[in-house]
Amino acid sequence: MITMAYLLIFFSAIFVNNIVFSQFLGICPFLGVSKKVDTALGMSAAVAFVLTIATIVTYLIQGLLESYHLEYLQTIAFILVIAALVQMVEIVLKKVSPALYQALGVFLPLITTNCCILGVAILVAQGTYNSQGLEPNLLSGVVYAVSTALGFGLALTIFAAIREQLAMMDVPKGMQGMPIALVTAGLLAMAFMGFGGVDNGLAKVFGL
Amino acid sequence: MKKLPSTLPNMLCVLTLISVIAAGALAYVNKITEGPIEENKARTLAEGINSVLGVSDAKVQETSEVEDTNGNPVIIYSTDKGVAVQAIDPNGFGGTLKVLVGFADDGTIKGYTVLEHAETPGLGAKAGFWFQKGEKGDIIGKNPGEKELAVSKDGGDVDAITASTITSRAFLRAVNVAFHAYAGASATDGQTGASPQQPKN
Amino acid sequence: MKYLKILLNGIIKENPTFVLLLGMCPTLGTTSSAINGMSMGLATMAVLIFSNLIIACIKNLIPDQVRIPSYIVVIASLVTALQMFMQAYTPEMYKTLGLFIPLIVVNCIILGRAEAFAAKNGPVESIFDGLGIGLGFTIALTLLGAIRELLGTGKLFNTTLYSENYGMLVFVLAPGAFIALGYLIAIVKKTLKI
Repeated sequence: MITMAYLLIFFSAIFVNNIVFSQFLGICPFLGVSKKVDTALGMSAAVAFVLTIATIVTYLIQGLLESYHLEYLQTIAFILVIAALVQMVEIVLKKVSPALYQALGVFLPLITTNCCILGVAILVAQGTYNSQGLEPNLLSGVVYAVSTALGFGLALTIFAAIREQLAMMDVPKGMQGMPIALVTAGLLAMAFMGFGGVDNGLAKVFGL
Repeated sequence: MKKLPSTLPNMLCVLTLISVIAAGALAYVNKITEGPIEENKARTLAEGINSVLGVSDAKVQETSEVEDTNGNPVIIYSTDKGVAVQAIDPNGFGGTLKVLVGFADDGTIKGYTVLEHAETPGLGAKAGFWFQKGEKGDIIGKNPGEKELAVSKDGGDVDAITASTITSRAFLRAVNVAFHAYAGASATDGQTGASPQQPKN
Repeated sequence: MKYLKILLNGIIKENPTFVLLLGMCPTLGTTSSAINGMSMGLATMAVLIFSNLIIACIKNLIPDQVRIPSYIVVIASLVTALQMFMQAYTPEMYKTLGLFIPLIVVNCIILGRAEAFAAKNGPVESIFDGLGIGLGFTIALTLLGAIRELLGTGKLFNTTLYSENYGMLVFVLAPGAFIALGYLIAIVKKTLKI
């Protein structure tokens, strides 16, 4: 039963409530680093890495803030933690795995201002994400964060693949660049809308 | 004025200073906004209760919280003008649907309002007025104790919102949960009204 | 004259949405109606003006190596203060904009202007830059919100112009946001020749 609920969180965060197409978070990197599939994959990996760690750390900090009744410092504490975390990950990666650092290095500084990290951290800390009937706790929060990151990666990679093709097309002059990319993203979002309500059906199948 | 050089003591001092000032300023803002925020919450609740009971000066005498069969919280506000119940259904189209329903002494629905929803704008979000008096899915004056509310597709007598059956079902489930909580509470209080029933889904 | 130029620069030449393409998350996420877009624009403008002013005033006190963390603390404090004021005095708006209010912190426009303008100019110029960029952002969001609201629901600022039954619902939903913004940028670029 409980495993099924986690599976449902996983599925719904990737397809039904995709972070980019239905929540509008992380649009800047989605539009900014989606010209090549390689870079898109690198960015997705870096986001998944930082998002998971950031969710865990901010969840613990939220507990600390609540115990001292300092909830109003949430935004400021979270963004500083995320910024520090990104720096730390960068330093550690450089020392421990130069190969991985080579691959992810350029994307790491960009992640601080990626709103899907702060957004997901706040959603998990407040317990307002869709936890499919489970108690919002650290475990379901992390499952949600990982699935969200995968959803982001999926969206980014598909979009980059389309844009690679698009670059070879003969697009009318006024629509070149960002306008045609946005229209493409709109069509992709429409495709993802087809998953709407599937989570309810799955919940029934799983007997939740 | 010249820019401060990046020496370690300089950097530490500046960062600490900025953080302390920021935290102090926020503590002050928090203190002056705390009152209005609480007032707002109380006023929103009072307005909701008044609107679902169709009065303008209901006073909450007692608030009790119970759980429905799925463990979701149901809050019962007993006022001098009637009872208002807040209930949720977690399976709307986009997530949780939270409603506040007012009941008359005989268990009929006096009014309702949707407090929170994550339904599709323009479709499911119509729940706010679709089930009101005189609208297509009118549930006002119905008594869920006599017949559970259900959409006509499921054998009930409430017209579902066009193209939003899932939202309509979730909404009616939440209203039914609210009714059962109300019936259960008034039975233990020994008041007149609907017979006690076990909430079911 | 100089201030007017800074102001117009923010609204037209360096319009954050149409030219710099910054702050896309709130642009797409909060423009389901004209009034929502406008309030998000105004909220961002308020933070931007104050952050520009404060940073222009304290820029010489901050050593170069810690300037980004210092700016972030200033911006985050302003956003939190705004969040609390909105919760207290405009609770309806606070509920509608939801998560996007704390996310003003990571809006690249604000940190970008702090770096590119406030850190190099005086307080008065910085206020005008904040006002200009903020207005540019607000105008863009209101325009996008108005288009989506009109095409999607047949309303404009909650006034019904034609029956909702003829509205194209997709424009209120997520895909419509992307598509409407795409065409809007193309049209603006064409008309302004930029």
